[in-house]
Formats: sequence, structure tokens, C-alpha cells
Amino acid sequence: MSAATKPASTADALTMSGAEVVLRALKDNGVEVIFGYPGGAVLPIYDAIFQQNAIRHILVRHEQAAVHAAEGYARSTGKVGCVLVTSGPGATNAVTGLVDALMDSIPIVCLTGQVPTHLIGNDAFQEADTTGITRPATKHNYLVKKSADLARVVHEAFYVAKSGRPGPVVVDLPKDILINKAPYTEPPSTEHRSYRPQTEPDAEQIRKAVRLLKAAKRPIVYAGGGVINAGPEASRLLTEFVRMTGFPCTNTLMGLGAFPADDRQFLGMLGMHGTYEANLAMHGCDVMLNIGARFDDRVTGRLNAFSPDSKKIHADIDPSSINKNVPVDVAIVGDAGRVLAALIECWKKEEAPQDKHVLTAWWRQIDEWRAKDCLRYRQEGRIIKPQHAVKRLYEITKELGRETFITTEVGQHQMWAAQYFGFQQPNHWMTSGGLGTMGYGLPSAMGVQIAHPDALVIDIAGEASILMNIQEMGTLAQYRLPVKVFILNNEYMGMVRQWQELLHGGRYSESYSAALPDFVKLAESFHAKGIRVTEADDLDAGIREMIAHPGPVIADIAVAKDENCFPMIPSGAAHNEMILGEEQEGGVKGVTDEGKVLV
Amino acid sequence: MSENGNAQRAATIAVLVENEAGVLARVIGLFSGRGYNIDSLTVAPVDETGRISRITVVTSGTEMVIEQIKAQLDRLVPVHKVSDLTLEGPHLTRELALIKVVGKGENRVEALRLADAFRARVVDATTGSFVFEMTGAAEKIDAFCALMRPIGLAEVSRTGAVAIARGPRGLI
Ligand SMILES: Cc1cc2nc3c(=O)[nH]c(=O)nc-3n(C[C@H](O)[C@H](O)[C@H](O)COP(=O)(O)OP(=O)(O)OC[C@H]3O[C@@H](n4cnc5c(N)ncnc54)[C@H](O)[C@@H]3O)c2cc1C
Ligand SMILES: Cc1ncc(C[n+]2csc(CCOP(=O)(O)OP(=O)(O)O)c2C)c(N)n1
Ligand SMILES: [Mg+2]
Repeated sequence: MSAATKPASTADALTMSGAEVVLRALKDNGVEVIFGYPGGAVLPIYDAIFQQNAIRHILVRHEQAAVHAAEGYARSTGKVGCVLVTSGPGATNAVTGLVDALMDSIPIVCLTGQVPTHLIGNDAFQEADTTGITRPATKHNYLVKKSADLARVVHEAFYVAKSGRPGPVVVDLPKDILINKAPYTEPPSTEHRSYRPQTEPDAEQIRKAVRLLKAAKRPIVYAGGGVINAGPEASRLLTEFVRMTGFPCTNTLMGLGAFPADDRQFLGMLGMHGTYEANLAMHGCDVMLNIGARFDDRVTGRLNAFSPDSKKIHADIDPSSINKNVPVDVAIVGDAGRVLAALIECWKKEEAPQDKHVLTAWWRQIDEWRAKDCLRYRQEGRIIKPQHAVKRLYEITKELGRETFITTEVGQHQMWAAQYFGFQQPNHWMTSGGLGTMGYGLPSAMGVQIAHPDALVIDIAGEASILMNIQEMGTLAQYRLPVKVFILNNEYMGMVRQWQELLHGGRYSESYSAALPDFVKLAESFHAKGIRVTEADDLDAGIREMIAHPGPVIADIAVAKDENCFPMIPSGAAHNEMILGEEQEGGVKGVTDEGKVLV
Repeated sequence: MSENGNAQRAATIAVLVENEAGVLARVIGLFSGRGYNIDSLTVAPVDETGRISRITVVTSGTEMVIEQIKAQLDRLVPVHKVSDLTLEGPHLTRELALIKVVGKGENRVEALRLADAFRARVVDATTGSFVFEMTGAAEKIDAFCALMRPIGLAEVSRTGAVAIARGPRGLI
């Protein structure tokens, strides 16, 4: 024990049980809400929860949902999300959520119960090798084997979850450790022994970047989830930087909201389902500034054709993200907020003038691409186009002016939400980007609503995805969480159907959503309101009714069954080999064999 | 990154880690999970309190992959320091081997003669066997084993490479 971790006071040194120590440590790390599900191994913690009021426990209906709820909570508040599950099946059920948080860099601390230390390794009842299973599913994990380590490990878990590139951390807690008395120590004020990520950027690299940017003729800013991770101030600085430079800006799926969508300098999302102008600007730029994005394959397309003529600057807090997929010319390790502040300062100081005249030519080119109007669709007749449903949802929420948070499931509806819902600020958009977990949206919305009780929280869903965590309707009812589930019901696993149409000769193998429930009755059976809209003329009224209702709602919107999501860069293609919708050009080009092996 | 972007190179990487449960599994899992090569890996505590262990891993890949390996190792929470000995300058690499040779008559004499030439020490002997101990570069041990094979090589146990930079510079 070092000086920094001495007992809080000798009086409570050994008066607390391990479970009480855990709760006190959570409280001292700022935890107000914990999402969980009980079981034998964690009963001592549930007993301690029963006897206090500082931390609120939200009982979910499935452990995967507990993690997604904590993700929604974390992403919408910037705090660490906290989860409590039992040993064995409780822990294994949480694994999908943990990997989801790992892929999307979401700070989570997940406490798992474990069989008592003397039974570990004996195939005891509800024993699973939780640290073994979750090692590649977490940023870090711990098994607490000594009471003396308990408080320190819980504090460290919070530090690791939120420092550097955020991620999920598991603390595995054997039952005897929870029952036995344990010493409590305050969160340490000293540095971590080995984990000390660099947040302050190197001044020389900043200077190099600014020199490149000032001389750029066709620059672009490509900003990602790291800007959201860095806190709202980083998004403000991004906006300031983009406006002062006059550069175009594009966001990844995870970065939406980091730059205001209605700004003229915003080109929309880039990547597989990004806009024509964003992708062609990425392809044709001469200097690219990547800030807090990771050159994901959904964004780069075919690597050897990715932005072939540009100098690339990459700022990321995780050095392993840099030069992983795409070699760059200037690497900046640091927190996005700190990097942006340094770039702004250096930009103002740097002598070399910026020739705004050259940017005019670049913007003229971009405006030509924009004129394609790649997201145009035609809403005519009675059948509701899914794009139109999202667009109207956006316009109506904007008109109402309530603070609105959007979560999504995974599929076409997710992409349409990204394309047609304009995000003006960070932390208001939660989606499963890296893992692409169907079933993410409803529990995530639950977590958002817990953190923002008065806000409008909408899960834009597909009829297939929503069934993956539909049991959470029970949680909404129990805690009176007025989450709105807005289903774009195309009766297909639309994203799968689209790939089958484009890549597999229209053989729709197992992608039809047969035997769907009656979503109105389903809502009602969970004490919620059900709405079904089938006619375009009724869409607005349905949306308004959904929003006006004070409790949870499922709005089942019947949309066109065979609509595809465009633009699309097929797997294995380059940014300038994009497929557009019928409105922009005829027919659809094929996919190469090489592309077919890609996901 | 243009011309020799695909050229492979070997790298001897020293990693100082906090000696906590699961740390070796983390390092090995990183290599298997991300599809990196491990040519050899050794680990042992190296400080007086036993809190810090040193892992020496010999791997190979393109320059970009090796940079990735180092960055991935460095972001593991219990890792203190990662050092690419191959890149950082002259260094020594040694491996220890225990080699059992079984045989009689002329073969025993030949085994001893070769051992002498390779500076291998006899650490165990019976009337029908020797155990030799030798340290050196991996290729030297390979060569010794190859020569012993026709003479009666029965068993080999090797540590894998350990390495350290030449000169006064230290890693801690
Ligand atoms: C069906 C489907 C389709 C998709 N299509 C697209 C698409 O068309 N376009 C698209 O963009 N995505 C798409 N995605 C999402 C895609 O898979 C990736 O999740 C996403 O592109 C990654 O976003 P990102 O690069 O911003 O990185 P993130 O996953 O958000 O990673 C953040 C990066 O920033 C770094 N970072 C973290 N914190 C900080 C900090 N404080 N300071 C600085 N850096 C930090 C991290 O180290 C990391 O490198 C799709 C997903 C699905 C499921
Ligand atoms: C857990 C999980 N299983 C499978 C998939 C593969 N998958 C991606 S999208 C999709 C279909 C989603 O259908 P739906 O929710 O109806 O959305 P739509 O595409 O129709 O809008 C499937 C099966 C996935 N992403 N997640
Ligand atoms: Mg569907």
C-alpha cells in the first residue's frame, strides 16, 4: 500500500464488507446509476444496494441490455457507464455488449460476480472463466483475489475505462471477497504505475500539420468518434477550426454531431453509405486532416485506391490507430480537444498566409458534386419511403424544438437515420458502429432516457433488430421511461436483402421477416402505447402522436419493402466507384469477386 | 512506405510488464488474436521485488506490422515499456539450451569433441548419455543440434531468445 492509498480512516478500516466497499468505491467515482441483473454470486452487492440510496439500480431484462444501456448513458453524458451482473451466464450474456463498447470506445465498468476464490477452477455452479472470456472483449479486466486489493482495483477500473482511448473494463468479484470484511481506500491521487496515455500533442507535429494545411489547395477535415470521446468542448473547437480555415468537413458514422449538420461547410457522412460529395472530396483532396477517426474499412473502401494523391495528417489518442490501415505523413498523438486547441493557436501564429482563392476552386468542384443531390428520393403515392419517414421525424422534432436523442438498431434504417437526421451537437446520437450489434438501440435509448429524463429519446429501429432486445419494453414500463421506438418496418432484414440483391443474384435466403408480431398489441402487453402507420398521408400525424404521448411508444411504420440504401460504395471498391440511387442515375453496377469476400 | 512496404523483417522486442495475473495471456492473446507471428517468447521477473517481468519476443512482419505490434503492446494496461532492440541499435541475443545425447563408444567421443568446439558444457553424464548446456545465438544451437542428430540426439530443451542492448543505455 502506498501513501496515496491508505485507509480512509482507521475507524472504518475493517467495518465494511467487500460489497459495501464496492458500493462506496462506485460512489466515490461518481456513479449515480448502475444497470444490472441479480444472481447468486452478486447477492451481497444487491443486499448492500438495498440498504443505501446514493446509487440507483436499474433492473434490465437481459444482461446484454444492461451493457448497451450503460453505453447509451455514457455516450450521452460523457460519464463512465456502470454494469452489475452475476457469474456464469450473467457474465457471458454481457459479452456482446462489452465487445460493442470496445469497438466503439465507450467507457464502461462492468462488475461481474464470481464463485468464491476457493472454488475457482473447479467447474463450480455458474462458474465461467470470466477474465479469460472477456480478455479480448475488454480494454482491461481484473479478478480480485484479495480483499486488500478490492478498493484499489475498482478505482483503477474507472481510471482505465475513461483514460486515453475509452473502453470497457471488467472487475470479476468472487463471492467470498464480497462477503468478507475489506479495507476501504480513497481513489488514489498518484499516477497509474504503467498506464499513462499521452493527451498533449507534440508542438513540432502540430506545426508540420499547420504548414501542410495552410498550403493545401484541396483540403478536407475528416472527423470521427474520437472528437465525441474528447467531450463537447472538442466539438466546439472542431467547429471553430473548420470555420476559421474555410475547409470542408465530413464526419464518420461515430462522429456525427461533432460538426453541425446544417453548416454549409459540412459535406455529410463519408464512407460506404456516405454522400457523393464527401467521398469524392476524400478521393480528390490534396491534404487530409483526420481527427479522432480510425480509417475504418467502411470508410476507406479499397485501400490501395483510398485518397491516392493526398498528404495525410492523423491525430488520435491511441498510437495504435495511427499507421494501422493507412500510412500517414504527419502523426499527432493526443486528445482531440487538445490537438484542436493547439492547431487553432498555431494556425493563428503561423506566418504563411492562406490563399483563400485556391479554396474557391475547390468549393466550386465540391458544389458540382453536391448538385448531384445524392440523397434525393421521390415520395409519391401511398407507400411510405423509409427515407421520408426519417426526414419527417427529423423535421418534426426540429420544429418542436425539444432536446432530442436518437439511437438506432443496425441495418438500412440505421444508415437512413445517419443520412436524413441532421445532428447539430455531439452526444445526441448513439449507434453501434464497429460491431454493428442488432438489438443495441432499445436498451441504449433506455440508458439515455435515465440520464436525460425530460428529453425526447427515439430508437430508430428495424422490425428484425428490435426483436433482439424487445424484452426491455418491460424495463421501460417499470421505470416509466418514455422512450419512443420508431420502427421502419420493411418486413425484411433490409440490409441483408440489399446485399443479396446486389451480390447474390436476388436469392433472398432467410432474410424475410416472417411471422412478425403485431407491434401494437406487443406494445400494449408491455403497458406501452402502440401506433401503426401504413399510409404516407398519416405519417406526420403518427409521428406527432408518438411524440405527444407521455409514456413509452412503439410506432410501427410500414415502409416500402424493397428500398435500397444509396449511395453505396460496394465492398472492395474505391470512393469514386460509388453506386447512386435511381434518382441520380440508372441501373446498378456489379461487385467484383474480390469484393464479394469482404464484409 | 512505397518501395519496401512489403519487405519483411525480424524484430526482437523487449517488453517490461507489471507482473500481474494474466499478463502473459494478454500478450500472447494479442499476437494470436491479431494474427502476428511469434518466433520465440521468453518471460521472467527482472527486478528485485519481482513486480516487473521482462518479455522478449522475436517476431517478423512488414515495417507497418511491426510498428503495429509495438503500438498494440504499448497500449496494454500493465505494459511499462516496449523497446524494439533490432531497430534501436546493436544488441546481444542469447538462448540457453539443454541437449541430451544418448550413445556409446565412438559416438560419445565425437559428441564430446563437437561440444568442445561449440563451447557446450557437460552438465550431466551417465555411461550412456550426456546432457550439454550451451548458450549462444539460435543459429549456433541449431547447428549444434544438427551435428548431434546422427550421433544420438535424444532431447532438446531451449529457452528462446533473451536480448539486451549493447552499451550503457538501460531499459528501465
Ligand atoms: C451497417 C453499417 C454500415 C456502416 N457504414 C458506415 C459508413 O458508411 N460510414 C462510416 O463512417 N461508418 C460506417 N459504419 C461504422 C463503421 O463500421 C465504424 O464504426 C466507423 O466508421 C468508425 O468511426 P470512427 O473512425 O470515427 O472511429 P471510432 O470507432 O469512433 O474510433 C474513435 C477513434 O478516435 C480515437 N479516440 C478516442 N478518444 C479520443 C480522444 N479523446 N482524442 C483523440 N482521439 C480519440 C480512437 O483511438 C479511435 O481511433 C457502418 C456501420 C454499420 C453497422
Ligand atoms: C446480432 C446481429 N446479427 C446479425 C447481424 C447481421 N445483420 C446486419 S443488418 C441485418 C438486418 C437488420 O434488419 P432490420 O432490423 O429489419 O433492419 P433493416 O435493414 O431492414 O432496416 C442483419 C441480420 C447483425 N448486424 N447483428
Ligand atoms: Mg427491416
